[in-house]
Amino acid sequence: MTTAIDLARTPLRDLNAALHRLAPDTNERHWRVANPRGRHAVACGLQVPVTVEIAGHVGYYCAGMNKAATVIVEGNAGTGVAENMMSGFVHVKGGASQSAGASGNGGLLRIDGNASARCGISMKGIDIVVGGSIGHMSAFMAQAGNLVVFGDAGDSLGDSIYEARLYVRGAVKSLGADCIEKPMHDAHKAALHAVLERARLAGTIDVSSFRRYGSARRLYNFHVDNVDAY
Amino acid sequence: MTSRPDIPTTLPRVSATFDEYAISEIHRAAATGIYDIRGAGTKRRLPHFDDLLFLGASMSRYPLEGYRERCATNVVLGTRFAKKPIELKIPVTIAGMSFGALSAPAKEALGRGASAMGTSTTTGDGGMTAEERAHSSLLVYQVLPSRYGMNPDDLRKADAIEVVICQGAKPGGGGMLLGQKISERVAEMRTLPMGIDQRSACRHPDWTGPDDLEIKIEELRELTDWEKPIYVKVAASRPYYDTALAVKSGADVVVLDGMQGGTAATQEVFIEHVGIPILAAIRPAVRALQDLGLHRKVQLVVSGGIRNGADVAKALALGADAVSIGTAALIAIGSHSPAQEEAFRALGTTAAAYDDWHEGNDPSGITTQDASLAARLDPVKAGRRLANYLAVLTLEAQTIARACGKSHLHNLEPEDLVALTVEASAMAQVPLAGTSWIPGQNGY
Repeated sequence: MTTAIDLARTPLRDLNAALHRLAPDTNERHWRVANPRGRHAVACGLQVPVTVEIAGHVGYYCAGMNKAATVIVEGNAGTGVAENMMSGFVHVKGGASQSAGASGNGGLLRIDGNASARCGISMKGIDIVVGGSIGHMSAFMAQAGNLVVFGDAGDSLGDSIYEARLYVRGAVKSLGADCIEKPMHDAHKAALHAVLERARLAGTIDVSSFRRYGSARRLYNFHVDNVDAY
Repeated sequence: MTSRPDIPTTLPRVSATFDEYAISEIHRAAATGIYDIRGAGTKRRLPHFDDLLFLGASMSRYPLEGYRERCATNVVLGTRFAKKPIELKIPVTIAGMSFGALSAPAKEALGRGASAMGTSTTTGDGGMTAEERAHSSLLVYQVLPSRYGMNPDDLRKADAIEVVICQGAKPGGGGMLLGQKISERVAEMRTLPMGIDQRSACRHPDWTGPDDLEIKIEELRELTDWEKPIYVKVAASRPYYDTALAVKSGADVVVLDGMQGGTAATQEVFIEHVGIPILAAIRPAVRALQDLGLHRKVQLVVSGGIRNGADVAKALALGADAVSIGTAALIAIGSHSPAQEEAFRALGTTAAAYDDWHEGNDPSGITTQDASLAARLDPVKAGRRLANYLAVLTLEAQTIARACGKSHLHNLEPEDLVALTVEASAMAQVPLAGTSWIPGQNGY
C-alpha cells in the first residue's frame, strides 16, 4: 500500500513529523510525495527502512541525515542532498546542487546527472556515485567512503583529503593539496565494483576505465617542510 | 668601554617593544620555522569588566535586603520558535568544549556541576559522549563545520542545538587537535586516523551565508520536529550585524564569544590578534536585538573572560540574558592548580601560565587524553567544585543586584554602571565615572 502525500495541500512539517513517527515494523513502507516544488528539508531525518518517492524537484537538504530509508527524487535536488546521511539509499534521478552528501557517514547516494561544487565535502563513510560530472572542491577534507564519478571533476579535487577513496573516469581539472593519483589494483577494482553494485549500476560501466585518487598523507602532521600548504 | 667604578652606570633596560617574551618567540620561530600553537585565550591586557563599576543604591535608588528579599536568577532560552524552550536556574552556562580537547572525566565533571546548579553544559568539536549526556540534565549539542560525530540520534537526545559559526579565540578559524590527543576513542568518534594533527574546517560544508543558514536551521527544526531551541554562536567581531543576521537566520538564541574565550589549540597569533573583547561587543549586539524588537525574545548569551559574579552582573546589566564560562569552569574543576606546581615546572611552565593544552600532558587530567593523567581527576569531586563555583558566581551577582535594588538579575541595566576608563566608557556605552559623558554620543 502506498501512502500518498500532496505537498500542495499538506504542510511539510506534517509530512516530516508523520515520517518520524513511523515504527521500524510499520506497514506504511511506501510513500509517494507529490508537488514538492523545490521545498527544503523534504523527507529529512528518516529513521526506518521505508521508501519515499518524491515526484519532482526538491530544494536544500532533502533526505538530510537519512538513516535506513530509501528516498528517490524524480527530479533535481538542491544544496546538501543527503547531508550527513547515516545509512540507507538516496537516489537523485536528475542533477544535484552543491555539497551533495556532505559529511555523510554511511549509506549510498546516487546522482544520475551532474553534481555541483563540494560534492562529498567532509564525507565520513558515505558512498557517492555520480553519473555525470562534479564541480570544484569536491571531496574537500573527505575522511572516509567512496566517491565515484563517471564524468569529469572540477578544480581542487580532494583538497586536504584524509582516507576517502576517489574514482574518476573522466578528466580531473586539478588536484587539491595532498591529493594524488594512486595505482588502480585489482583490489580497488573489486571495491569499486562493490560500490557500483550497491548503486544498482554494476555491469553498466568498465571499472578499469576509472582512475583512483587519495591522500598522499603528507599533511597529517605539522611539519616545516609543508609550510606552503598551511 | 672599560667600566670605571667612579662613573655611575645605567641599569640594564629591557625594551618595551622587544620584551623578554617577544625575544623568546623570535628565537622559537627561528628555530622551528612554524607558528606557535597553544591553548587558552588571549593573555594581553584588554578593556574588560574590571573597567566598569556599579553605582549601587543612593538617595534615589532603594536597595533590597541582602538575605531576605528575593532576587531571582532563572532564565528561559529558546522562547522564539522552539516547542520546548529550556529553563536554567542560574544565568551561567558551561561553554562548548570537546571530548578530545578535554578528558572524559572532565566532561563528566562539567555535566555534574552544571546539573547540580540547574544549568546546561555543551558538547564540542567531536560529538556527544555517553558520559556527558548521562551526567548533564541539560545538554546543548553543537553543530560545527567539521561535523565530527554528528548524527541524528544525538541531535534528538539534545536539549538544544548550537550552530557554531566561530569562536571568540579565533573568528574565522577552525578547530585544531594535535596528534598527541587523537587517541583511539577520539579518532573513532571523528572518523580520523590516530595520531594525526587534526585541523577542522572553518566553514560549514553545506551552507554559506545567512540566507543558506536560514534554510539549514529550518532543516534542523524539521529533523527535531521543531522541539529544540536553536542557538547560533558567533565570535565577537562585527557584533551588530552578526547578531542581526543570526536573528534573520532564525536563531532562538545568539551566543556571542569575546576574544578572551579559550580554545583547545590555535595559533598564538590568531588568539592575540583577531576578534574584539567581549566588553566592546555586548552593547552593539543588544542594540541589534532592540532595533529588531527582539531583545529578551531572542536571548543573548555572552562569554569570554567571565571570572566572578561581578562579571556576570555587568554582562547582564549591559543587556545579556545569560553568560557562558569555559576557562573558569576548567579552573574550578582543578585546572591550573598551584598544588601541582612541581608537575607544571617539569613541563617548563608554571601553574598560572600553563597553556600547552594541545600537548595533552595536563597534570590535572583535564586537557588530556592520556588515561593515566585523566584518572587523576575525580569527576564527582570536580563536579562538586564546579557547583560550588557556580553558586558563588550566582550569590555574588545577586549581592550586586540587590545593592542596585533589583529583584531579578535581568533587571540590572546600563544605568547601574559607570566606566573607569574612556575606552571602557566608549565600548560599554556607559558614562565615565563622575561624569555624564559617553564618548561618541551627543556629538562628543
